Order: sequence, then structure tokens, then C-alpha cells
Amino acid sequence: MTDDTGAVGRSFSLDGEDLPFNPGETILQAATRAGRYIPHLCWHPDFTEHGSCRICSVKVNGRAGAACTVHAAAGLDVQSNTEELNAHRKTLLQMLFVEGNHFCPSCEKSGNCLLQATAYQMGMEGPHFEEFYPDRPVDASHPDILLDFNRCILCELCVRASRDVDGKNVFAIGGHGIGTHLLVNSESGRLADTTMTLADRAASICPVGVILPKRRGFVIPIGQRRFDARSVSEQVEGNAP
Amino acid sequence: MFMRRSRCLRQVNRESRRAGNVASDTPTAIKPRHVIVASSASALTTELPDLLARHGARPQALVQILRELQALRGWLSRDSLHEVAAALGLTLAQVEGVAGFYRFFHTRPVGAYRILFSDNVTDRMLGAEALMADLCRRLGVAPGRIGADGLVSIDRTSCTGLCDQGPALLINHHHVVTRLDATRVAQLAGLIRARVPVPQWPSPWFEVQDNVRRADVLLGEPATPGAALATALARGPDAMLAEVKRSNLRGRGGAGFATGLKWELCRHAPGAEHVVVCNADEGEPGTFKDRVLLARRADAVFEGMTIAAHVIGARRGLVYLRGEYRFLLESLLAVLQRRRDTRLLGPAILGHEGFDFDIDIHVGAGAYVCGEESSLIESLEGKRGTPRIRPPFPVENGYLGHPTIVNNVETFCAAGHIALQGGAWWAGIGTPKSTGTKIHSVSGDCERPGLYEYPFGTRIGRILEDCGAQDTQAVQVGGPSGVCLSAFEFGRRIAFEDVPTTGAFMVFDRSRDMFEVARGFAHFFAHESCGFCTPCRVGTALVVKRMDKLAAGHGSRHDIDVLFELDKLMHTATHCGLGGTACNPLRDTILKFRPAYEQRLKSLYFEPGFDLDAELSIARRMTGRHDAGAYLENPP
Repeated sequence: MTDDTGAVGRSFSLDGEDLPFNPGETILQAATRAGRYIPHLCWHPDFTEHGSCRICSVKVNGRAGAACTVHAAAGLDVQSNTEELNAHRKTLLQMLFVEGNHFCPSCEKSGNCLLQATAYQMGMEGPHFEEFYPDRPVDASHPDILLDFNRCILCELCVRASRDVDGKNVFAIGGHGIGTHLLVNSESGRLADTTMTLADRAASICPVGVILPKRRGFVIPIGQRRFDARSVSEQVEGNAP
Repeated sequence: MFMRRSRCLRQVNRESRRAGNVASDTPTAIKPRHVIVASSASALTTELPDLLARHGARPQALVQILRELQALRGWLSRDSLHEVAAALGLTLAQVEGVAGFYRFFHTRPVGAYRILFSDNVTDRMLGAEALMADLCRRLGVAPGRIGADGLVSIDRTSCTGLCDQGPALLINHHHVVTRLDATRVAQLAGLIRARVPVPQWPSPWFEVQDNVRRADVLLGEPATPGAALATALARGPDAMLAEVKRSNLRGRGGAGFATGLKWELCRHAPGAEHVVVCNADEGEPGTFKDRVLLARRADAVFEGMTIAAHVIGARRGLVYLRGEYRFLLESLLAVLQRRRDTRLLGPAILGHEGFDFDIDIHVGAGAYVCGEESSLIESLEGKRGTPRIRPPFPVENGYLGHPTIVNNVETFCAAGHIALQGGAWWAGIGTPKSTGTKIHSVSGDCERPGLYEYPFGTRIGRILEDCGAQDTQAVQVGGPSGVCLSAFEFGRRIAFEDVPTTGAFMVFDRSRDMFEVARGFAHFFAHESCGFCTPCRVGTALVVKRMDKLAAGHGSRHDIDVLFELDKLMHTATHCGLGGTACNPLRDTILKFRPAYEQRLKSLYFEPGFDLDAELSIARRMTGRHDAGAYLENPP
């Protein structure tokens, strides 16, 4: 596109609408800054891109790519809110739901959970696939923090937060394939034997219900939680300047 | 030119046999040690410092250090991981994460004899499953378990690249036994029970044949070591690059990226250092051409790497040798040393002041995904082999951030021939879009499995005729991630513009069940998924569930629809190309061999994944009821 002076502007097209971007921004960063919602789970504005959940998959000039990893460039034609892509997102969400144990009614994270909110946003009404029902022991060793590994979506936000912000490297990823899982860094493998505290960034970064503060269960009633009042898309749109 | 039999009995086997009672992983670490007894406590305290010292205690050497430590200790205990972490300045969880990623690392006790049966479809077609069951029975262990005496553990592993002489197995991640049969398995069980060290087993068992059936440029008469390099040096880097570009050589690993362009991008990428990497992680099931090139033409491979180093300005070269080919290591190291001795490697190569280049070999630890170049680089850096976000591409930001080219073994061999005979000569072979020759690893239902080298543009049917395939139902070209062709497509040609290939060519006659072939591949992809992205990690596991449901006779048309849906998603949404191709065999076989699927369908409508009447059996047992009322009235 050209601006008033006739110079080529820094903009790309998202679902037919021109959006400006700053050099070095990804499509997802530029869209979020402009108040345009692209569904995502493993991306967080404070951290470097990761690209594992694939919920933000878009079509860039007709080719598939993750909006969180593809850099914005002048003239790109990005398709995001299409029937096909939203159907793919719904399938990916269903995969994450059946991979772990996500029983929303009994989960303390319900209403504050990005996985749940995104599933509502994408119109997911059931798991579609057969559940895997993992049976990973809960780590309740820490005095203030509970870990339920059965809800992990492997976004690695806690890994990144603990390493890059807290400087503690409390978490890492282990295993491979469907057996990929979150590891706690201590000789015992238990959280109690790490230096993690509730004040750590890693303690509040989990988008789902893996890392939970103890003794705060249902302090805020269901119905009055973060995504109960406004959907995830409305929150992105409402946060735009 | 057809060579009926391999002439070259492999040097490495003779060497490893001569080495005697060796369980260690590198030639410098050779310590006589009884294969059964774990190292004594005093040895444990000295072996790790020695090993770390050899690797300069660099965290980038983590995969190599774990591999060698496991060869000494049998398995990697939490204490071992802790020692390594402390010595390398890594966290325990980081080391645990790497150890848990690679299939060949054991973080739980395993038998003193660790036996892995190659589980490619070609091995199964030759009876591997029954042989494995027989060995398990004879030794009294269940697959994947360790016996009470700690003597042996037996399991399956992905294709070991010996499909033309299977069924094959891998012992202690080092030795291979080929051409298994009932007699061999019976003797093998006896040797294990008698605790005879592996190097003392009958030497013909370890024989790995080259089986070169049709040779062209690459498998023909080898050039004198150094001749291609001298020509390249005389040309100079610019002119040599121009020849590679003129040749239109495209990468032989499968993706077919233009080699000249890759080298040019890397040459011009800014960086304090440039790196040449040879991808010898030949993990695509059914592919074994690189094994033979490394055994027969190691000089040509290293020479191609050295020519590439001259073009891009590299001082460092790395070969990523798949763990399954560990048995080739000693012979490769010997070739490298000979090249150093003759000034074909090292400082001032061939007297060329300022051209210093040397090559190290990194041995993998069982991970198919490391064939993807950015995963391979992560693995070289001692990390989990998870594909990187690209761009940036390795040519700009590769090994340790340096501009890096990663090329296939066969591509480097081709580069040497192009140096000698020129790009125009190479471009005159094959088709305009697919120049030169291509080596095919032929296995499965044919009289003469082995290597067949043809110019690009060769008909599938021609290869089938030459290898003695009869009554052929299908050919899987390019391995499970490639394409499955049925009889009406045998007129198609091997070429990037028609049927591209990594070099695997698996033949199935009409007695084979193509559904079972696809189900085997589905299990392979689920086993090898790195687990990073949702669609591949969960999708490959869901595909396995559906295929197993069909195999158990509980399938419906709905399940086939779901498989199509998963295929579509995985083609567009995965983080790397390997995940994207994981459903290829499924889609091809459903489209081309649909009756193989439909005969398994219980109904055309939805069927649950379980048998309701069978679920009632527990209740029947508990209540002791066996009257008619305790069974479903009309079992579906």
C-alpha cells in the first residue's frame, strides 16, 4: 500500500484489512497491537515466539504458517478468520483436550484458562477424539504451589519465564512424542526442592491449570473470572490503543 | 553394470572383531571389560573425567558424552545424569530432557545385552516378528522388559538401514546382526545365556553386504582421493561454485533444494566462521544408500565436504552419523586420519596456505527427526533434536549461530564428480529439472534387493524389472514420508518434477496387505514424533489409535473420514516438514487400496472403539454369571 506521500508503507493485509507493523514484528504481534484477535496459546507478548501449539496457524500468501513465528512484511496477504482455519484450530484444541485431563467443571483454573476460553471462542462443543487419560502424579510437595502435570499443553511458558525472567531454570521438557512432559529441576524431581516461590513469574504464567497457588481455590467464584465477563477475542480487541 | 555380489567385506567388522572385548563407544576409550559385569566403583570415578576431558567438557558435546557414558555403564542413572550436568554446567533437568529425547538412551536399567530388532516393514515381511517372539521365549523376557537376572532386554527399533539383508538387529547400540533366521536366533539365545561377549560371536553374523546391483557415476569406479579436491582448488572458490550452480545439482536428502544456491547463500552470509555439515542421519525407513556410500566411498564424501568448505570458507566440518551406523565409526575415523596424513585435511590442505579444514564425526542416538537439518544442528549442539523456527535458515544461522550448510552424503559425493568433470557434464545427465544420477535402496518383494543407481528420469517399471520384482502391487518410493504408487503408476519417472525420492524403494507384491503396511508406518511416525507441536505429537498418536481400531475389527467409515481429516490438518499445521508428511502413506493407501481398509470395517456407520460385550466380562466374572442374560442380547 502507499501512504499520502506516495511512499510504500509498512503494512500487510489481515483478512482483507490493512494493518501497520513495526520492523521485526511477527504477524501475531502486529495484529495484537492493532487489536485484532488471532487465536493462540503458547504465545505471550512478553516472551520470544515458540510456535508449538499451532493454534495461530494462518495462511500467508496462500501458504500455511504460524502467525507467532512468521514476520510481518509489507504487502503480505494473511488469512486468519476463515472457516477452514477456524476448523483446523478447533481440531487442534480438541487434540489438546484429549491429550490431557481437562475436566473444566472441577478445575480451579476454569474461567481463567486460556485453553478453555479459546475452545469457547472456536465453538468447540466436545472432544471429538478419544481421550488419552494420562496418569501423571500430581506434585503437591511445595508449600505454596501445586503442579498438575495432566493438564500441561507443553507451551513452555513456565520454562521460558523461569529461565529468562526468574533466572532459576526450574522447568524443562523431557521425553518425546506423545510422552513429552514437563520436568522439574531438582535432584528429587519435586518442586519443593527448587527455589521457586509464588512471586516468580513462572508461578503465574501458566495459561492452563498446571501451576496453581495453594489455598486459593475458588476464592473468586466461577462466573466472575477473567474470561467469564469478556471472551478472549473481546479482551484482545479491547486492549488495542 | 550389474554386480551380483558385494566384493567388499567390511573393514569395520574386522576391526571391531579384532578390538576384542569392547563395549566402549570410541576408539580412544577402549578398555577391556567383561560385557556382563558393570564397571566397578573405582572405574566409575575415573571414566567420566576421562570422557569429559576428551570432549573439552563442552555442553555442546552432551549427546556424545551421554552416548559414550552409556556405553561404559550400560544405562544412564539419575546419578550419572547429575554428574554430567554438574561437570558441564547444565541443570539436571536439561540433561534429563536430552537423555529422555533420544530413543537409544536408557534412563532405566536395561539388560547387559540390549537387543533391538529393526522394525521396518521389510524386516517384518522377512519374519522379524516371529523371530523376536522366538528369542523372547528362549530367553524368558517380554519385549521392552528386563529379565530378573538383568541379562538381556529385547525391543524393537525403527529401521536400521539393513533392509536388503534383514531381518536385522542391533546389539548394545553398536553391533548389527543381519540375515536373521530361526537357526541364528537359536544360537544367539545360547550365546547370550552362556554370556559370550558380542565380539566373539560368529563373524559372518556381522557381515554387512554392500549389494551394489547397478552402478553409475557415484557407485562406479572411484576417483583417486584428492583428485577432485585438487581440481576444485585449481578452479578457485568462485569458479567451483559456478560449476555447482551450472550442474543444477539438487539436494539428495529429499527436499531437493539447489545445492549451488545453498552454498552461495552460506558463502555470502556474514559470520566469524562457516561450517560444513554432512547429514548421514539416514533415518527414512527403507533407505540404506548412505550406509554403502560411507562404507565404500567415504573418501568421496569427505572430499565433497572439503570442496564445499573451500567454496563457503569453512574451517570446520561435522558428519552427523546416525546411531544405527555406529559400526561404521572406526573405518570412517581411519579414512579421516589417512586424509590428514596425506594433507587432504588439516592445515594448508594440499599445500594451499590459508585453507585449513578438518572433520569431526558426531554419532546420533536414535531420533528420526534429526534428519531434518535444524533438528540435526540442535542435536549437534547437544540439545533435544527439536526443529528450529525458520527463518533464519542454517545458511545464515546454523551450528552455534554460524552460517552452515547441511547436505546429504550423496550430494557431497556428487559435488566431487562435478569438480572433476564440470557442471555442464552433470547437467547433461538425467532431466533438465533433475540432473545427474540417483541411488535407490531397493528392498521388499524382489529377487535382487540392494543399490541401484540410475540417471534421473528412470521409469519405476524399469527399476522393478531390474530388481526382479514380480506380481508387484505397490512401491513405496521415498520411504513412509514419500509416495505409495500402485501398478497403474509404474510408468511414472523418478524425478523432482514427477516422483521425488530420498532413495528408498520398497516393493510389495500382491500377497501383502497394504493396510498393514500403512499401519506400520503410522506406528513409526508416532514413535518418532519429537513431541514439540500439537498436530504431530497428538495427531500421530490419534492416527495410531484409529488404525489399531480398524485392525481390531472395530472400524467404520467414520474412522476413515477422521483419518482424512487428520491428514489434512497435519499437512498444513505442523512445525516441520516431517510432521507434515506423517500421514502420506495413509492417504495414499486409502485412496489407492481402499478395499484393504473397507474389508476391515464392521459397519459403514459409527462404531465405538471398544467391544461392549467384552467390557461386561469383568462384571460376569465378579458375579459368577454365565447365563444368557449376562450377555448382550444381540452382540453387534
